[in-house]
Amino acid sequence: MAVCTGCSLLCDDIEVALKAGGFDKVKNLCRKGHSHFQTVWGERTGPVVDGQEVSQDQAIERAAEILKDAKRPLLLGWANTSLEAQSVGIDLARKLGATIDDASPFCQGLLMERVLTGKLPTCTLDDVRNFADVSLYWGSDPSNSHPRHLSRFAYYPRGSKRQKSYEEERTMIVVDVRRSSTVELADMFFQVLPGGDADFIAAVTSVLDGKIPKFGDKKRMIELGKLLKKTEFGAVFPGPGLVQSLGGKMDLLDGLLERLNQLVPFKVIPVVGHYNARGFNQLLLDQTGFVNQVSFAGDKPAHGPECSVVEAARSCDACLVIGSDPLSSLPFGTAGALSKLPTIAIDPCRTLTTDAASVVIPSAMYGLEAGGSALRMDGVKVGFEPILETDLPPDEEILRRLLEAV
Amino acid sequence: MVSAMEIYKLLPNSACKECGFSSCMALAVALLNREKKLEDCPALFDPKYADKLKKLQELLEPLQKASETGLIIHEEKCFGCGNCVVACPVNVAADPTGCAVGQGPKSDRVILVVEDGVVKCLNVKECRRFGPQGTQCNACTATCPSKAIEFV
Repeated sequence: MAVCTGCSLLCDDIEVALKAGGFDKVKNLCRKGHSHFQTVWGERTGPVVDGQEVSQDQAIERAAEILKDAKRPLLLGWANTSLEAQSVGIDLARKLGATIDDASPFCQGLLMERVLTGKLPTCTLDDVRNFADVSLYWGSDPSNSHPRHLSRFAYYPRGSKRQKSYEEERTMIVVDVRRSSTVELADMFFQVLPGGDADFIAAVTSVLDGKIPKFGDKKRMIELGKLLKKTEFGAVFPGPGLVQSLGGKMDLLDGLLERLNQLVPFKVIPVVGHYNARGFNQLLLDQTGFVNQVSFAGDKPAHGPECSVVEAARSCDACLVIGSDPLSSLPFGTAGALSKLPTIAIDPCRTLTTDAASVVIPSAMYGLEAGGSALRMDGVKVGFEPILETDLPPDEEILRRLLEAV
Repeated sequence: MVSAMEIYKLLPNSACKECGFSSCMALAVALLNREKKLEDCPALFDPKYADKLKKLQELLEPLQKASETGLIIHEEKCFGCGNCVVACPVNVAADPTGCAVGQGPKSDRVILVVEDGVVKCLNVKECRRFGPQGTQCNACTATCPSKAIEFV
């Protein structure tokens, strides 16, 4: 059995049959995971310094020099690497006095902070499978982003207390700005306008309080209110759509969950994308008290917008990117500022960031060529073993060598 | 998916009964159920029906890929989500510790599995739709988010 590191579900029931130069047959892997597995045979990186092919040792030496000479380095990425590598990365940031951040400030950092600090109640996906009778996808489309979310946990499987499952005992509600693939399977769908989630929260709060809602179809909102009040165990799966829509008004979601939990138990599991995005936030929280945007430049770890990627990309003088492709994924202005910095990219596969980087250090792919562990989207630790042999070192080993060298 | 009426509209509608049925509508239903072939309608091969014949051949081509139960899998649309694998009542009964609880199949008696990122159909005789006594179960098609599987 292998573990798929294609998304934060970390499916651990993957059966792989190998043949020379490829996979003979892979069972239970979704299309997204299958593409992820195929990348191991795709365009891989090689050790490069300033456009010249060098040895792995020379690339690591040059990377250490860049980090040593930098006064304000930025360590960025982390969502696609193991917990062990993330832990060494935080040590490296501390030793360098660097700023360390992931992409969560652009994505679901505000929500993740609330879940990790206990402000919002949470549970595991196994609890959802065994007990949940209502699943609410809000601003998320797991059919596309996490294809096995519905079949492994939230809607279709039979749990210990949900033997009749989706046929009789489970209800799926989707709130989204568009008719996504998940909506096709939902029992109830509420379409909101972009930025209209605050109005929807106000309407749900109204129906829970027995008032007539001011938003949307009143009859359907009252029907939703009745369903929520009758719920035995509810799970909310907010996605980037909700977090981006609410922005600085996340307290509205806090209020709704507080009100719901006065009536029935409702838990929150953020639908994060990358396979160990939650792991980085958890580790950083455990070590510094903050989930992201941390600077070790002073005596104490500092946190705030000034430590974010957006600011650091303009104020830092070197950047180490690992487990991420910021030049493809970050906003144009930030990506442009990053591209002007001397950049070290640690990545198993070719990306826009590795193409633009001053130093490229190839690494083994976690889950396929290297073992380790990661936190699933619900915080459950999943370990994985390599299924392929490689001479490439894992991220953890590369970071450990950099830590010694600086 | 193609309907009997669409097929009927493209047949000669001459009521020649050479196919053995009393009407072209009955032949259309038989063509849809893959009990008859286009060659069973000699009138259709008259040159004046050449356009209709071509359209019928195009219309009925997807049916050739269907399993004995009429299941057609459009691999290019499949997400490999496994909803059908977990929802299929035969899979659930045959594999209570695997498919039934959301895991990959652990039994060889299951009908639907996900291989190489897309769904595959095995053991088709176990399907509830199999044979003349089959039921109109649609658990697999109803749970597909991308309409990658359908029945004739």
